[in-house]
Amino acid sequence: MTSTVSRPAGAQQVPLPLDVEAIRADFPILTRTVRDDRRLVYLDSGATSQKPRQVLDAERDFYENYNAAPHRGAHQLAEEATGLYEQARAKVAGFIGAAEREVVFTRNSTESINLVAYALSNAASAKEPEFRRYAVGQGDEIVVTEMEHHANLLPWQQLCERTGATLRWLGLTDDGRLDLTDLATVVNERTKLVAVTQQSNILGTINPLGDIVSRAREVGALVLVDGAQSVPHQPVDVTALGADFLVFSGHKMLGPTGVGVLWGRYDVLDALPPFLTGGSMIEVVRMEGSTFMPPPQRFEAGVPMTAQVIGLGAAVDYLQGLGMDKVLAHEEALTGYALASLQAIPGVTVIGPPDTVARGGAISFTVEGIHPHDVGQVLDDLGIAVRVGHHCAWPVVRRYGVPATTRATFYVHTGYDDVDALVDGVREAQRFFGVVPGEVN
Amino acid sequence: MQLQSMYQDIILDHYRNPHGRGLRDPFEAEVHHVNPTCGDEVTLRVHLDGDTIADVSYEGMGCSISQASVSAMYDLVIGKSVTDALGTGEHFMRLMQSKGDATVAEELEDELEDAVAFAGVSKYPARVKCALMSWMALKDASARALSTTSEAN
Repeated sequence: MTSTVSRPAGAQQVPLPLDVEAIRADFPILTRTVRDDRRLVYLDSGATSQKPRQVLDAERDFYENYNAAPHRGAHQLAEEATGLYEQARAKVAGFIGAAEREVVFTRNSTESINLVAYALSNAASAKEPEFRRYAVGQGDEIVVTEMEHHANLLPWQQLCERTGATLRWLGLTDDGRLDLTDLATVVNERTKLVAVTQQSNILGTINPLGDIVSRAREVGALVLVDGAQSVPHQPVDVTALGADFLVFSGHKMLGPTGVGVLWGRYDVLDALPPFLTGGSMIEVVRMEGSTFMPPPQRFEAGVPMTAQVIGLGAAVDYLQGLGMDKVLAHEEALTGYALASLQAIPGVTVIGPPDTVARGGAISFTVEGIHPHDVGQVLDDLGIAVRVGHHCAWPVVRRYGVPATTRATFYVHTGYDDVDALVDGVREAQRFFGVVPGEVN
Repeated sequence: MQLQSMYQDIILDHYRNPHGRGLRDPFEAEVHHVNPTCGDEVTLRVHLDGDTIADVSYEGMGCSISQASVSAMYDLVIGKSVTDALGTGEHFMRLMQSKGDATVAEELEDELEDAVAFAGVSKYPARVKCALMSWMALKDASARALSTTSEAN
């Protein structure tokens, strides 16, 4: 077993804003053990978060007492299911400071982004003139950044391939931030939409969206913000954001898998044709052609993932109970401690901003002489779950000249003991592979 | 710790001192394979003498398992016919699907030589693809090399 390692002087354990022990008691999975009876140290919330009992109970309660298809049927269960579904929409809307009719439920962030991308290409061929306002075609440009998760890159690459539009992007600086030097030329009069992440899933960087939104407004471009890694971890208000779209996933914010959110400014949503069509989203259907409901129903074809939506509502309640300001401060404290502790280990390099300035709690790092997979394997053997690989952001790892990274991400149940386990685990990996710097093996 | 069952000394030796590494001429086929879940990559060339594998040369980056696997494979396939080498690949595939069943490893010991040390990897489903990548690349490159040489004849 690992020996006790003294902490570097720079690593400060400031009091954590959240009561970690009380919160852990809400997460049944944290009581299980892994790999030879070790305590589970879950540092992979950035991939998917664990679920508190309150969320699991809400889903079970729905299935046991209210299960019916919402927005159809006149029986009591259907009425109650509809009520619970719409109540969850109101909770989610309140969580981000939005109007209920601007919140569309999807499967996840990926589907939310695809919904917008397909709506923009469908707009070009829409028979309804009011749906053609945001049509994307040849000569138009879509702007992304080199920092995007594949989910906020491939839908735009594909949109450009379908329509003949051109994809442009903002690059990165050596210290893991967006390079906005060319913002005024990359975002120009031809730009139809700028898609940018609020917080990088791999670097942890929190982006200066204000500058980007202002420039987009100057040229009349839409702005889509990928909030998959920000909405779960910090207060986000769509009015303050000033964008046209915000997407996020339920499963990364203590909610169930299979539910995500597309928030859209109502007048923009209302000018978009549907992506998926079918039941629920129609006004009048005739064999010759059909008309559609206004948003959000226009974008929610088929019987929705009702239990998951209700579970997401419970997750929002849980997070609001903790307070998003405290969640942010909690993770900032952990991130500062982890950055100082990890960077004090010879051979460890953090890929991304080295301090907590404009940075969230996703820490990617490399260990000299050990491939990230092998680091992850040693950590796994110690009961520590981290992510290894390119984190669905292959251009980012390529940009920084590494094949992959090991990534630790934090959440409300993370404590200093988890970070200490990670730091000890990295040292253990160095010992196991015989690459402790300064030691001859 | 269970780690030693996967990271056998033989594997770590191949990782630190890979056999046959580097891209060489001549060759009849070159392939580039990636493991998209983790970004492991290998570029692999095959040089045939008739239907015998005269050389396998490679460059790659990736974890210890993927890099050690290609090194152990190099030792196993040089001088074999393509058919025999791919047969060895089938045995290695069987080992990787054995989920840690020791009887499978024992049975394949003579055939797989050093590569039998990868038996421990079969207990970790996420790592099996790392070990198999080079064998997939060899299969692909051999097929291309055979079609190239048969066209030339």
